[in-house]
Amino acid sequence: MKAKPRAYVMVSVDANTVVIGAREVKNRLAAEIGLRGLGDEVRVVETGSFGSVSAGVVAAVMPDGIVYGHLTVGSIARLVEEHFVKGRPVREWILPGEHPLPDPETADARQLQHFGRIVLDNCGRIDPDSIDESIANDGYFALGKALTEMTPAAVIDGVKASCLRGRGGAGFPTGLKWSFCAKEVADIKYVICNADEGEPGTFKDRLIMEGDPHKVIEGMALCGYAIGATQGYIYIRGEYRLSIERMRAAIDAARRHGLLGRKILGSGFDFDIDIKIGAGAYVCGEETALIESMEGKRGLPRVKPPFPAQKGFRGKPTNVNNVETLASVPFIIHHGAEAFRAIGAAGMPGTKVYTILGHIARPGLIEVPTSVTLRDVLEDYAGGMRPGAFKMAQLGGTAGEILAPEMLDVPLNADALAKTGHTLGSGAILFMNESVGVCDFLHACIKFFAHESCGNCNPCRNGMAVLLELTARLKAGKGYPGDVELMEELVMGMKSIAFCPLGQSPAAPVLSALRYFRSEVRAGIDPDAIRPNPEHTLRTLLQLAG
Amino acid sequence: MAKDTCGCGERCVSPLYEELDAFIAARPRGRDALIPVLHKAQALFGYLPAEVQSHVARALDLPVSDVYGVVTFYHYFTMTPRGRHTVNVCLGTACYVRGAKKVVEALCAALKIDMGGTTADRRFSLTSQRCFGACGLAPVIMINGDVHGRVTSKKIAGLLARYT
Ligand SMILES: Cc1cc2nc3c(=O)[nH]c(=O)nc-3n(C[C@H](O)[C@H](O)[C@H](O)COP(=O)(O)O)c2cc1C
Ligand code: SF4
Ligand code: FES
Repeated sequence: MKAKPRAYVMVSVDANTVVIGAREVKNRLAAEIGLRGLGDEVRVVETGSFGSVSAGVVAAVMPDGIVYGHLTVGSIARLVEEHFVKGRPVREWILPGEHPLPDPETADARQLQHFGRIVLDNCGRIDPDSIDESIANDGYFALGKALTEMTPAAVIDGVKASCLRGRGGAGFPTGLKWSFCAKEVADIKYVICNADEGEPGTFKDRLIMEGDPHKVIEGMALCGYAIGATQGYIYIRGEYRLSIERMRAAIDAARRHGLLGRKILGSGFDFDIDIKIGAGAYVCGEETALIESMEGKRGLPRVKPPFPAQKGFRGKPTNVNNVETLASVPFIIHHGAEAFRAIGAAGMPGTKVYTILGHIARPGLIEVPTSVTLRDVLEDYAGGMRPGAFKMAQLGGTAGEILAPEMLDVPLNADALAKTGHTLGSGAILFMNESVGVCDFLHACIKFFAHESCGNCNPCRNGMAVLLELTARLKAGKGYPGDVELMEELVMGMKSIAFCPLGQSPAAPVLSALRYFRSEVRAGIDPDAIRPNPEHTLRTLLQLAG
Repeated sequence: MAKDTCGCGERCVSPLYEELDAFIAARPRGRDALIPVLHKAQALFGYLPAEVQSHVARALDLPVSDVYGVVTFYHYFTMTPRGRHTVNVCLGTACYVRGAKKVVEALCAALKIDMGGTTADRRFSLTSQRCFGACGLAPVIMINGDVHGRVTSKKIAGLLARYT
C-alpha cells in the first residue's frame, strides 16, 4: 500500500471554475508535484464547489487549512516550489477571510460540519468522482441502514416525522408526497429527480450534483425503496455538461459496487438510474411538463389530477422531487428525524441551499439553517453589499418575490414568510443596490417569462405580451395613467386562470414590487399620455381599408 | 453508396445519415427516443432542416408534424443553419443586473448583426438564453460551449478574435 499522503491539495472544479481553467490548473499541479518527486506525499484531489464563485480557481491545502485563490497554470510552478518544497505558503495568493473547510482527516471536524451542512457536507471536501471517498464519508450508510433495518413504511414515516418539505419551490411535505405514490399498486413505479433548474440565478442543484453526486443517487434509491419503485431518472438541463458527466460516472461506479442494479446490498431491492437530458425549456421544470418531455413530446404541462403519483411517466405512478430534497434524505435516515428537526425553524426544519448573487462582496453557494434571516445572509455570508447599499432582493429566482429593506429580518422559511405574505421559491437570492430600477428589473423578469411561455393557453401567451408592453412603457417613463392598476389586475387574473404555474408566476415579482415600490413604479407614468382608444383605432383602420 | 433507408430519395445518402441511423438502431425505438435522437442529429448536421426531420420521423415511425412540434418547442433545436461559432449571451436576471444589456449592444455592434442573426461570412451567430447556471460569473456569454464570465464591452473584440 502507498504511504498516507502528508498533504492534500483540493482544487475546486465546478461549474464556475471549470470555465476559467480549474481542470488545467489541477492537472498542472499534479504534474508539477510529480516532477518534484512529491507524488507520494502530496495528493491532488478534484473536488466540488467551496461556495466561493468570485475568487477564480481556488485550491485548499489540507491539513494546513490554507486556501489559495485566483490560481492560474502559470502560477503553479512557484506555488509548488514555495509551499511544498520550501514549506513557505505564498502569502499574496492566500484568500483572506474565513472558509468553511474542515480537515479531511479528523472525524471531529466532520461531525461539527455535519450539523452545519446536510446537503453540501461533502462538497469541496471529497473527490466527486471517487465512490470510495463518498463511502468513507458516510455515503450509502443510510441506504444500507434502510435496506437492512427498516421497512419501506418506516422510511416514509421517518421522512414524514422529519417534516422535510420540497426544495424545488412549492415546499410540499416530502413524506406525504411519497406516501401517495407508495399506496398505488402498479407493475412499475418511477422516481424522477428534477434537475432541470431553469430558474435564472439558481444553480444550487448543479453544484450539489457536481460536488457530491452519490448523495443524490442515495436519496433516489431511498425514495425508490420507500415507494416501491425500481427505476429512477435524473432529468438534467442540457447545458449542465459537467453535472451530466459526474452523475454518469457516479451511476456507473454505484452499479459496479452493487449499490444500484439488482439485489442492492444483497437485499431483495432492485433499483437503477438513467439520465435524461433536457433541450432547453423552462416550463419543463414543472413536473408534469417534465414527464411529457421525458416521453419525447413537447413539454406542455398536463392537467392535474391525475397527479404524477397516480399517472406519471408512461402512465405509471411517479414521484418527482428536487435534487436538494432528495439529497437531504440520507441525513434523515442516517441520523433520524429528531436530528433533522433540531436544525433550523420548526415549520420547515433543516437547511436550505442558496446561490447568493448580485451586488454583494462574496457571491456564492451557501447552506444555512432555515431559521436565518435575509440580513444574516447578507452580513454573515455575502460579506455585505458591494457596491452600493441594499435596495431590494429577489428571493427565489425570476419567479420570486421582491423584498424591501423592511423584510431583512424575516427568517427565510416557508412559514415565517407566509405570515408576511411571501414565499421562499427555488433557492436563489439576488441582492440589488440602488442602481437597479424597479420597472427596468420587472421588464427583465417579464421578458424571461414571455420567452418561456409555451403558448398553450391564452392568459399566459397574451398576458405576457401585454405585460411586456406595460413594463417597457413604465420603464421609459411613458406609462399611461391607470397602467399600474392594469398591470396589477392582469397579473392577478393570470394567477387565477393560467393553465400552469408559469403563467401564474409574474404575480409574485409584480405584486411584491408594487407592494414596496409602488411610488417608484408610478413615477413611470406620464400624466399627459393618452391611452389610444382601441375602438377608435379599429374604426380608423376600417375607414382606411375603405 | 448507402441504401435509401427512409424512402425519401437521394438526399439521405450522406454518411451523416448512416451515423444517425446507427445511433437510432442502438436504442429502443419509440417515442421516448425522439429527443435524444434530435440531440444527436443536431450535433451531426449542425441544425435540423426539414429533410433531417422527415428522416427522423420515418426512422422512428412518428408523424413529421410531431417531430416538427418538438423541434420548434425546445430552444436548443434550430432549423436554420448557424454560423461556425455561436455566441450565446445570457439574459438571465443575474446577468441582467450585472450589465448584460451593454454586452448585447457591444456584440451587435461588433458583429454588425441583430440578436438572432448570422454574419454574412457565416462566421458567427448571435443568440441569447436565460441563465446558463454560471451566474456567479455574471455577465456571462458562451461561445461554442466555452463560458466566458465577467464580460465587458472592452473584452469583446479580444474574445471574438479567438474564434476564426
Ligand atoms: C415553471 C416551473 C418550473 C419549475 N422548475 C423547477 C426546477 O427547475 N426544479 C425543480 O426541482 N422544480 C421545479 N419546479 C417545481 C416542480 O413542478 C415540482 O414541484 C418539484 O420538482 C417537486 O419537488 P420537491 O417536492 O422536491 O420540491 C417548477 C415548477 C414550475 C411551475
Ligand atoms: S400558463 Fe403559460 S406556460 Fe403554462 S400552459 Fe399556459 S401558456 Fe404554457
Ligand atoms: S443569469 Fe446569467 S448565468 Fe445565470
